[in-house]
Amino acid sequence: MASRMLWASRAASHLRISVFHRGFSTVLKDLHYAESHEWVKVDGKSATVGITDHAQDHLGDVVYVELPDVGAEVKQGEGFGAVESVKASSEVYSPVSGKVVEVNEELKESPALVNSHPFESGWFIKVEMNDAGELKNLMKPEEYSKLCDEENSSH
Amino acid sequence: MRGSLWQLGQSITRRLAQTDKKAVTRRYFASEADLKKTVLYDFHVAHGGKMVPFAGWSMPIQYKDSIMESTINCRENGSLFDVSHMCGLSLKGKDSVPFLEKLVIADVAGLAPGTGTLTVFTNEKGGAIDDSVITKVKDDHLYIVVNAGCRDKDLAHIEEHMKAFKAKGGDVSWHIHDERSLLALQGPLAAPVLQHLTKDDLSKLYFGEFRILDINGSICFLTRTGYTGEDGFEISVPSENAVDLAKAILEKSEGKVRLTGLGARDSLRLEAGLCLYGNDMEQHTTPVEAGLTWAIGKRRRADGGFLGAEVILKQLAEGPPVRRVGFISSGPPPRSHSEIQDEKGNNIGEITSGGFSPCLKKNIAMGYVKSGQHKVGTKHKILVRGKAYEGVITKMPFVPTKYYKPS
Repeated sequence: MASRMLWASRAASHLRISVFHRGFSTVLKDLHYAESHEWVKVDGKSATVGITDHAQDHLGDVVYVELPDVGAEVKQGEGFGAVESVKASSEVYSPVSGKVVEVNEELKESPALVNSHPFESGWFIKVEMNDAGELKNLMKPEEYSKLCDEENSSH
Repeated sequence: MRGSLWQLGQSITRRLAQTDKKAVTRRYFASEADLKKTVLYDFHVAHGGKMVPFAGWSMPIQYKDSIMESTINCRENGSLFDVSHMCGLSLKGKDSVPFLEKLVIADVAGLAPGTGTLTVFTNEKGGAIDDSVITKVKDDHLYIVVNAGCRDKDLAHIEEHMKAFKAKGGDVSWHIHDERSLLALQGPLAAPVLQHLTKDDLSKLYFGEFRILDINGSICFLTRTGYTGEDGFEISVPSENAVDLAKAILEKSEGKVRLTGLGARDSLRLEAGLCLYGNDMEQHTTPVEAGLTWAIGKRRRADGGFLGAEVILKQLAEGPPVRRVGFISSGPPPRSHSEIQDEKGNNIGEITSGGFSPCLKKNIAMGYVKSGQHKVGTKHKILVRGKAYEGVITKMPFVPTKYYKPS
């Protein structure tokens, strides 16, 4: 996972894009998190995927989201789409492996939902998971929270 | 300025991908310590500026406002930018004009005292060493502002030619204004706000004009120019007075003029169709290819006499092989190095800058295409992550400019 990272996260945090006065990003319980700043919400075999509040905050105004087609295969740790802000273009990585069963069509017209509701209406894709065992490779909310704090305080 | 913010991000991403976290942290702090700071550094940080490395300087990419908000506010109200990383210099001596004319495409002799223009420093091949705003203060005093990222090479270039020129008896010397800081005040409120801080009548100072005057109690060099397409000024202020001037401008505007960072500055100049050196213009780009033919003085077109004139005059006569054009496109915003193809899928050029326009709410970009493919309204394809999207050649500026000119 460490080999390829969402630049929104590390690089943008190196760009120190949202360090001051924004307060702390929200991290929701019951979700799993990837080091590259995607979240996944599991319901049986179905996994809903999006990017975190921390990631959207670092990216700034999201203006375009590129999503895969329904039916596409995604793999844990591999890119499945991209998110464009006014300032940057960033790849988004899938936190789980499986088949895309639904994509958030609303983001085509309203990409800013990623900024306003990153954990709700700003979701990206729904995946039918091949292997729920992969979830153990992801971070728990507390671990992810710590990662965000570290990134914010490292500059 | 070298490279866009996006490229900066990309290059950092690549670095990160190749190294472990500790090494990155060490390197990051090492380079951080080496960065130069303007006298406004603490002021930026106190106002929530997010500081990033840029051309060897630590500069604010944005403040509390988002880039979208900052860009729009500049056009509706006003923006204050710290551009002290740029390098101001004066050429003095009775032969300053003929000296500078060897290096740039402008008709410097034809400039009235107290006026200036955008110009290009060219190399022997007619390519651009840098773009720059030059002002004739008096016949024996020229004031020049060059890009931060080009400072070292520009100064070396000027110095080399100055030595040769002086060896032949020419009277010219320079002074680099490291004792001064540079603020850019842009937008519709720029003039009314600045008028509060000076007794000189700014309604008599038009776009491209220059004056030395008292602003907020210190002697400033004021140029009615900018990099946003809006009316506005660049103010060269003694560094010890720079923070006070910045505070006074913000206060007098009652909070409407906002501190604005490099992120919005890039969006604004792209909307105004202005080149970013290092992206849209490089060593191999001629002013004709870049669409800056207007900046080649009439007398200079006839007489030449600047570096690379042969190449440039030939291009003027025969047309350049490639031309800079604007695009409005669908899909994701194109970024620099996105490939441009014709309808049949043949490569015809490359995007050099692109992004989402906060004011137009659509993708805008500029790039170079082969001559003949450059007509306004032509539909091409722009490749983003392997997919082709439609891009229509569009006249620039994308957002109408509002320079203050005599009516």
